[in-house]
Amino acid sequence: MAEHGHPNYLTIFWILLSVTIVEVGYSFMKVPRPVLIGGLVALAGFKALLVALYFMHLKFERKALGVIVGSTLILGVILVSVGIGEHILPRP
Amino acid sequence: MSSHAIAHDHALEPPSATGIPHDKMGMWVFLCSEVMFFTGLIGSYIVLRFASPSWPHPGNTLNIWLTALNTFILICSSVTMVKALESVRNGDLGKLKLFLSMTLLGGAIFLSIQAYEYRHLLHAGFNPHVSLFGSVFYTTTGFHGFHVFCGVVCMAFVTGKAFLGKYTQAHHQGVETIGLYWHFVDLVWIILFTIIYLF
Repeated sequence: MAEHGHPNYLTIFWILLSVTIVEVGYSFMKVPRPVLIGGLVALAGFKALLVALYFMHLKFERKALGVIVGSTLILGVILVSVGIGEHILPRP
Repeated sequence: MSSHAIAHDHALEPPSATGIPHDKMGMWVFLCSEVMFFTGLIGSYIVLRFASPSWPHPGNTLNIWLTALNTFILICSSVTMVKALESVRNGDLGKLKLFLSMTLLGGAIFLSIQAYEYRHLLHAGFNPHVSLFGSVFYTTTGFHGFHVFCGVVCMAFVTGKAFLGKYTQAHHQGVETIGLYWHFVDLVWIILFTIIYLF
């Protein structure tokens, strides 16, 4: 790993725990479905990002690793988007 | 081969072109393939759900609070894992053993709760044949559970090596490598918990 200062892992833990509690509470709220799904995806994405950046130390790694992981994520987004587009876009 | 010869071979090992140790890079490449594997599962779930005219509310079938507790346990095990790595880097081998054991315990508790959940759900008649939701639920959470199981087995191996004094402040790549896998499994669960249990 590249040299770096130590992140405060307990702070990350408390954030993850708090967001999980907010997530569960939010899932029971009576809000429009797109708002509910959008909010939950955003919260889960935030938590996943924290784990990747701080627990997996991606934030402190060399750029080469970021490029490899980033490329995979782009491929993943394309894969899911094509599937969703299949149902959303009008058929000819 | 003697330990002296092995150490000599490590010393002769050519430096990595990327500046990242080979085994760590290997784990990252493996994790990238795992990203695509779980993306396929999650993508299929999303497509099936979009295509279905109706979908049961997960809260009516699944125990969200129990799984939230399981999520909490997995997040805790991720913290103990990263603390184990921090400990060995600081040369505190006692804490390394403690935190690795706690991580192992966290993984075992997670699997036990998942087994309990499956048993309860199957007993209530919710099985993979009953609906599309059931099929998707058992496929995605089952594959994740299998990954946790593999992680627990590898973690037991690494913990055993730690107790045998195989890791030092200078040589502890195995701890970092299993840690990457463990955090990835935690990351995937964070996403699965949201999209399977909370939507």
